[in-house]
Amino acid sequence: MSVGKIFKFHDDLDTDQIIASQYLLLPSIDEMKGHAFESLDPEFPKKVKSGDYVVGGENFGCGSSREQAPGVLKALGVQAVVAKSFARIFYRNAINIGLPVIVCKELPDQVETGDEMELSLTDGTATAGGSTYPCTKLPPYMQKILSQGGLIASLNKEEV
Amino acid sequence: MGQTMIEKIISRNIGSDSVKQGDIVTVSVDRVMLDDIMIPFIVDKFHEMGFSKIWDPNKVVLIYDHLVPSSQQDDVRHYQVGDRFAEEYGLTHVHRSDGICHQLMTEAGYVKPGDVVFGTDSHTTTYGCVGAFSTGIGYTEMAAILGTGELWIRVPETIKIVIQGELPEHVMSKDLILKIIGDLGADGATYKALEFTGSTVENMTISSRMTMANMAIEAGAKCAVFAPDEKTAHYCGVELSEWEKNLKGDEDAVYCKTLIYQAKELVPVMACPSQVDKIRQVSQLEGTVIDQVFIGSCTNGRLEDLVAAAKMLEGKKVAPFVKLIVTPASRKVYQEADACGALKVLAQAGAVITHPGCGLCCGRTGGILCDGERVVATNNRNFLGRMGTSKVEIYLASPVVAAACAAAGKIVLPS
Repeated sequence: MSVGKIFKFHDDLDTDQIIASQYLLLPSIDEMKGHAFESLDPEFPKKVKSGDYVVGGENFGCGSSREQAPGVLKALGVQAVVAKSFARIFYRNAINIGLPVIVCKELPDQVETGDEMELSLTDGTATAGGSTYPCTKLPPYMQKILSQGGLIASLNKEEV
Repeated sequence: MGQTMIEKIISRNIGSDSVKQGDIVTVSVDRVMLDDIMIPFIVDKFHEMGFSKIWDPNKVVLIYDHLVPSSQQDDVRHYQVGDRFAEEYGLTHVHRSDGICHQLMTEAGYVKPGDVVFGTDSHTTTYGCVGAFSTGIGYTEMAAILGTGELWIRVPETIKIVIQGELPEHVMSKDLILKIIGDLGADGATYKALEFTGSTVENMTISSRMTMANMAIEAGAKCAVFAPDEKTAHYCGVELSEWEKNLKGDEDAVYCKTLIYQAKELVPVMACPSQVDKIRQVSQLEGTVIDQVFIGSCTNGRLEDLVAAAKMLEGKKVAPFVKLIVTPASRKVYQEADACGALKVLAQAGAVITHPGCGLCCGRTGGILCDGERVVATNNRNFLGRMGTSKVEIYLASPVVAAACAAAGKIVLPS
């Protein structure tokens, strides 16, 4: 994946912070995305560029099952989320919509918002600040869903 | 080798006798719950996937609760999408104003012991109160289930939690689950199941068990289960089969961790802003001035919760500067709390009694707070911005503690 800028967040980042419940009634993900991370950094949707990365700590995406949370990140062009660990519903939702979620124990403590990072899904590595860190490789089943662009694309391909 | 409760449930579901933790299996779904916030997204994905019918409309329950009654015009669009989908695909289990989804799913008899259930809300873990495997998923996966009736899951490891003895006065199952979440941490049970056992939970009502199963997700758990017993059978209106009677963790089952609690050592606690695992004893927080109290939600809006609150407030008044909002979890709870006089006591004390629903708990309606306000609430999340702006402080507590705080106008121990 290409080089992108990092936006770093804290441990136990819950999905209410990614997209608050009052915006879930907006008719589409595109209309919601301008409110991503509003309580933590209202400027985030303007600052983030296509190809950037979100980096989290432990338990990223805990709380509500709202699929709109990975949805707005993908819609804003976030290339992947790298965290020390993920809450399970967020993890499944992200894979299903084709947003790579990568577990990397070391990198999050070594980087800050604004740093640049490059990710290799096939090698299972993340590189930032001249250092390369090992990431947990996704199981083949999930790699397949991701490479096909998410669960819907994957299901449709199977039918063909 | 023995099996955990979850291994037994999944074994039966897939027709095997040797399912073990870590296996990846495809389960046949017994029931699904769709809520009003997610329904337009589910319908879109269902159509994108090209399905022309629902695998079994009788297994689908559609519940309007987050947006009932409407507080904004957009809410109505969600009912319209849901109603159209229900009509087109033959859904008959549609609840338009009966209460909160997690209350209704067991109360209305949609979930039985040993069932495998998925819902588009993270608190779907609640149905473990009757010995079902149930968990939350996103709308894309829900759409896939609607078309296929199946979902892949990884069989979770289980943390066994044993609680022995009688709970002290003014200590409720809410205090117990908050204490456990504090000990496990917000990610201490991620991907895992919780299996609750011991004399304390055996003596608990189904309602008290619901509170605990409901909040399992706050420790990251995939699900939480209680072995079905006679109380479960009575609540579900069924007779337990031989298999259901044996639906409990075997002595020689493999558990990744065991926690043991003595009920008599427990005290009233609160989860402090803004993390559910930031647990403090109420005695350490006494004197903190509050602006509002909320008693309700799928965590603690049941009859026993309202009765406990009413008992605490009988003959008292809510502090003059405090708003007390009481939200029964369902219409049935509302009627029962009315019939037994609990609502009258609460109203006389100064409570605002609202319609059943999710309103305030998910920050949508009926008591939204603003910058600088502090609330003691019986629901399950105190995240930033959950019940208003991100500068609201939310303290999670039991209904007894919340009621005592409402009368005092500050955090106090119930007496």
